[in-house]
Formats: sequence, C-alpha cells, structure tokens
Amino acid sequence: MKVRIDIMLKNGVLDPQGKAIGHALGTLGFAGVEDVRVGKTIFVTTSETDAAQALAAGKAMAEKILANLVIEDFIVTVV
Amino acid sequence: MKAAVVVFPGSNCDRDAARALTLATGQKPHMAWHGDAALPDVDLIVLPGGFSYGDYLRTGAMAAQSPVMREVVARAQKGVRVIGICNGFQILCESGLVPGVLLRNTSLKFVCRSVRLKVENNATDFTAGYEKGQTVSIPVAHGEGNYFAEAETIKKLEGEGRVAFRYIDNPNGSMNDIAGIINEKGNVLGMMPHPERVAEPLHGCTDGIKVFESLLKAVG
Repeated sequence: MKVRIDIMLKNGVLDPQGKAIGHALGTLGFAGVEDVRVGKTIFVTTSETDAAQALAAGKAMAEKILANLVIEDFIVTVV
Repeated sequence: MKAAVVVFPGSNCDRDAARALTLATGQKPHMAWHGDAALPDVDLIVLPGGFSYGDYLRTGAMAAQSPVMREVVARAQKGVRVIGICNGFQILCESGLVPGVLLRNTSLKFVCRSVRLKVENNATDFTAGYEKGQTVSIPVAHGEGNYFAEAETIKKLEGEGRVAFRYIDNPNGSMNDIAGIINEKGNVLGMMPHPERVAEPLHGCTDGIKVFESLLKAVG
C-alpha cells in the first residue's frame, strides 16, 4: 500500500523559494501569477494492507519527522 | 571543564570546535560519533556546524533522530550545557531543545562572511565574558539561518531575555534579528554565527573565544 504525504508551509510562513519562482514565472510572461508556494510530497510504500492503519501510520510519521509542525501543515492520503 | 563534540556524517566544523575548546580549556574534548548511544561524563556538549546527513528532509531533521541525540537531550534535561552552532542550532531546533526553526535565507543565497552581533544578554553561562550591548564580529556561513517562531514564542523569548545575540545587519531575514537564543533553563544555546572560527590571533579576530571561556568559568 502506498501512503502519500503532502507537506506545505503554513500560511504566513515566508516562502522565499516560492517568491523567486513567482518572479521567474513573471519573467517568462505568465501574467497574473499572484503567489507561488512550494511544498513537498513524500510517498511511503508499506506492507500494511488496511487503509485506515496505513493512514494512521502516515499521520504519525508526518508528526514525528516528515513535517515540522512549527512551519508546516500536512495532508495524508492512501493512494 | 570536560567537553564532548558530536560528529555527524556531514559535520565540518567539529575539528574547529575541538581546537577552540582546547585553546580555552587546555583539554582536548571527547569526539562522539552520531551512532554513540552513550556519552562520557562531560560538562559541555557541542553540536558543531556542517551539513549533517546532507541536510536531507530539513536541516538538522535527520541528526535530531540519531542515537547520540537521545543522550544529548537527556543530558540537557539534567542541566548539562549544550551549545549548537550553525547546523548544531538547526539540530537543537529540530530536537526541541530550543524553540523555533531556521528557514531558508530570505535572499535565497548562502551567506558566508563576518557579521556584527550585539551581545544582547551577557547574564548567561555562554556570554558572561562579554559586556552587555557589546558589538562583536563573528562569521556566519549558512543558507538556512532565517530564524522563525510563532509570534507568541518570539514574545516569550524577548520577555525572558533569551535572545543572547542579535544581528546588527541581519544577513538572513531572522525575526527580530535573532542570531542566538538560550533555552528556558539557560543551559542550552543555539547560534548561527561561528565563534570557533574567530578563536585565536591567526584567525584575524578573537571575538568568539569568549563563548568558550565563559563556559569554562561557569562550569569550572
């Protein structure tokens, strides 16, 4: 079973990388770009066969190490 | 003062820290490997600068989970002094020994130069050798030194005098120009600038050695 963890910076946490990408998009002629936020996606393949268990494990992993809750939010899904 | 320097895979300031400690204390520190589950009896633990575990996931995140850090956290809770410099500060944040986190520099650039700092609080075991408000010149070398914490945490740090060093010309976007903070009990210091790099005349500046001398005085 595959667990997907999407990690994003919380609202209000400055994202200089996103800002730089936003500038680059503007330079490339993409009009109307108001904001860019960069996050990361982690896929964990597990031998777990129960979706609810896999989801719970993914959440625990995110809380323990994959995300830093001071600055990041996360969403766990089973894919 | 007996000291230990923790060496993680990717540490690159461990020898510099050991040299500064030897100069200040006359004793060579114990060099501990990241996989060591136990540490000798020491008065001070140094988490040095570098790029532990290649900065994978987040700076300091992997190192914070290493076996030696379990022991460092336990010792810190018992009151042993711990100083985290640069990557060491990032590791302290990730392991929860000091609050907050170090984000990417707002400039997105790796900044490697001497910066001027104000000694904001000299009533700590790490800064007692300085004058309060003194300006010192200590180099930084980091891409992720932009200190961030929730507004409430910042308020608490400021209110409790836990900002030890403040940048005069903020090189990375840190909130409140924070360059170094201490924990609640005052036995843990995290700072981005490298005092071990300005520790002897050959370095061209000796503004950093007082951090180690202050510790020697505090510990004996």
